[in-house]
Amino acid sequence: MATQDIPQDVGGGRASLFYDPKVRGIFFQILVVVALVAFVYWIIGNTVENLKRANIASGFAFLNGRAGFDVSDTLIAFDSDSTYRRALLVGFINTLVVAAAGIVTASILGFLIGIGRLSHNWLIRKICTVYVELFRNIPPLLVIFFWYFGVLSVLPLPKESIELPFGSFLNSRGFYFPKMVWGEGSMLVPVALLLGIAMSWFVARRAKQRQMATGATFPVFWTSVALIIGLPFLALVATGFPLSFDFPQKSTFNLTGGLQIKPEFLSLYLALSFYTAAFIAEIVRAGIRGVSSGQSEASAALGLRSAQALRLVVVPQALRIVIPPLTSQFLNLTKNSSLAIAIGYPDLVAVGGTVLNQTGQAIEIVVIWMVVYLGLSLITSAFMNWFNAKMALVER
Amino acid sequence: MSQDIGYVRTEMALPQPAPLRERGPLAWMRKNLFANPFDSALTIVGLVIVAMILPPLFNWAIVNAQWTGTDRTFCATVAQGGIQPDGWSGACWAFVKAKFGQFMFGRYPLDERWRVILVAIMFVALLVPLLIPRVPRKGLNAVLFFLVLPVVSYFLLIGGVFGLPHVETPLWGGLLVTLTLSFVGIVVSLPVGILLALGRRSKMPVVKMLCVIFIETVRGVPLITVLFMASVMLPLFLPAGVSFDKFLRALIGVSLFASAYMAEVVRGGLQAIPKGQYEGADSLGLSYWQKMGLIVLPQALKLVIPGIVNTFIGMFKDTSLVYIISMFDLLGVVRQNFSDAAWASPQTPASGLVFAALVFWIFCFGMSRYSIFMERRLDTGHKR
Repeated sequence: MATQDIPQDVGGGRASLFYDPKVRGIFFQILVVVALVAFVYWIIGNTVENLKRANIASGFAFLNGRAGFDVSDTLIAFDSDSTYRRALLVGFINTLVVAAAGIVTASILGFLIGIGRLSHNWLIRKICTVYVELFRNIPPLLVIFFWYFGVLSVLPLPKESIELPFGSFLNSRGFYFPKMVWGEGSMLVPVALLLGIAMSWFVARRAKQRQMATGATFPVFWTSVALIIGLPFLALVATGFPLSFDFPQKSTFNLTGGLQIKPEFLSLYLALSFYTAAFIAEIVRAGIRGVSSGQSEASAALGLRSAQALRLVVVPQALRIVIPPLTSQFLNLTKNSSLAIAIGYPDLVAVGGTVLNQTGQAIEIVVIWMVVYLGLSLITSAFMNWFNAKMALVER
Repeated sequence: MSQDIGYVRTEMALPQPAPLRERGPLAWMRKNLFANPFDSALTIVGLVIVAMILPPLFNWAIVNAQWTGTDRTFCATVAQGGIQPDGWSGACWAFVKAKFGQFMFGRYPLDERWRVILVAIMFVALLVPLLIPRVPRKGLNAVLFFLVLPVVSYFLLIGGVFGLPHVETPLWGGLLVTLTLSFVGIVVSLPVGILLALGRRSKMPVVKMLCVIFIETVRGVPLITVLFMASVMLPLFLPAGVSFDKFLRALIGVSLFASAYMAEVVRGGLQAIPKGQYEGADSLGLSYWQKMGLIVLPQALKLVIPGIVNTFIGMFKDTSLVYIISMFDLLGVVRQNFSDAAWASPQTPASGLVFAALVFWIFCFGMSRYSIFMERRLDTGHKR
């Protein structure tokens, strides 16, 4: 056997500190921190100087100043004498409203289209594919513009409104529909509704307990429907129908009465729903395809009907795949609602932009935006993580 | 001996045609459109939807469309002060035709537009061979495309040297801005995103924390706030007298935003690489950068090509948001031209938007198809 001289570390002691990964790591991190601190110090110095020169006082005191502008779409009382704080609150509420409405519609539409893409029906499959490929590949801002400039603003004037069923109207100033006016004693209805929900929850619990103990099933769904719809209806009958409708009326130049949804809201809401639905459809499709066909075959072998198999076996497993990407789509929709500024719907960014132009408090406004959107993101992801954990596979 | 046997078939029997129920368009329809009553109902609903959308769309876009014209009268009805009969509704392609130059170049001076066209030709001439796998000399091609082309384009588009007149960026617009923003965004965001992803998985807590804070903050806010920040706050951060070009500020905003998303995509790839690969590289004595560059990243990036292209597509679509900080990309120019009094008619907005949608759609759809092609090509069959 040939021998080989292995050079020994003649120094005998430890290797140079220069080659110690730990030491190098610490050194490098100190370097990063020093560079960062220096950079931030430089930026803050510049900013303070710039602000001083522009005579802008930093801090959030400006929020108490008089806004002096009107907001076209408000859910809480607001006029030009209100404070900037209130204006931003109005914008925040509008953001929440349009995001919530968009999320609900986009989910429903997305689920339908996603299932449609897996349909056995050739025509339905093709229609859904075209929809998805169309909306996935154009910018959301363009969709918003299309609804606003291409569709809603070319609708007829109020004088020639398009009449829709249930006494509602559509014209270039928006969508008008009857307002429900609640009379005396109508407080009983929401109470009955709450009672119905509580009772159906209780029934569902008892039914599950009984099924676990004896195996006997109970028609929970229909009982709940009867309770939730029936009880408020009974309450209505008992109080003698204290409900009337305020129908929108055509007058010479405008419609009076009823409730109006402005075209800005309508186009933003429709565009966000249509755009996000395409992405949700793809997620749903991937989720359903992700459940192996053995699962539905096995449930058929167990004697479950196809609706039961879908509800008890396939959908719960598909949801597990669907929820994480669905969360990020909901967040995307919320963030995309900031495009409202392009068509003048007063959401948080639009109102903030107005405030920014009036006061010049750029840093404060951007900080408010970031805090609000980050907060919304964190809350949504926290909720979805909780839901995800609840749905996740229970491993042994 | 075959002669002794009573019957031996010497040639194959011709295959029988499938039963009539199983072939032909009728059978196809029965199987794919009318399999059961519910299916039939769905088909009818689908037919109604198609009938409601396609013929009116065809009429609007082709039959009733106004292809030629010099001003708004060609695209307005008599009641609106035009030449079309009352109740007319059709696309106003004349508007798109008249404004085509603006949609492509914005307000770039007419005499200087050859520079943009030259850049576009170079861009296509370098991009196409890069995309076709069979064409050799990929390395040289990539160097030309990612290093030489940006420098040459910079001098060509901005000018001010070699006797070319200076063209300010506020004059830029249309597809030129859209493509410049996306190209720079793509070229910047991929390396920055990789660095951020590596930082996020680093063992150094400070580096890791900084990367996490950056990525999560940027991903948690809308692009508009990032653009606002770039356009309003960046000037505040700089010392007096130093000012940034507005276009450059938008570029910085878009690139930072895309980098954060890219980082998350790349991180997904890094996580999917088995630990043995990292350990194998370590045991070979490779340094950190050798390990990442030679072993981990080539595998990780290949895994996440669909995600990377999706980020590119998202960024391409998001460039339209610069309209909000009053810059005019393709969509912005189209939008700006709605208010042109010479062309304002009820049909103008829809026509312009359909044109813009078509352009965006072609680019995005092309990118997504190419990513599917690449994914198949690079698939080494190691999937389990």
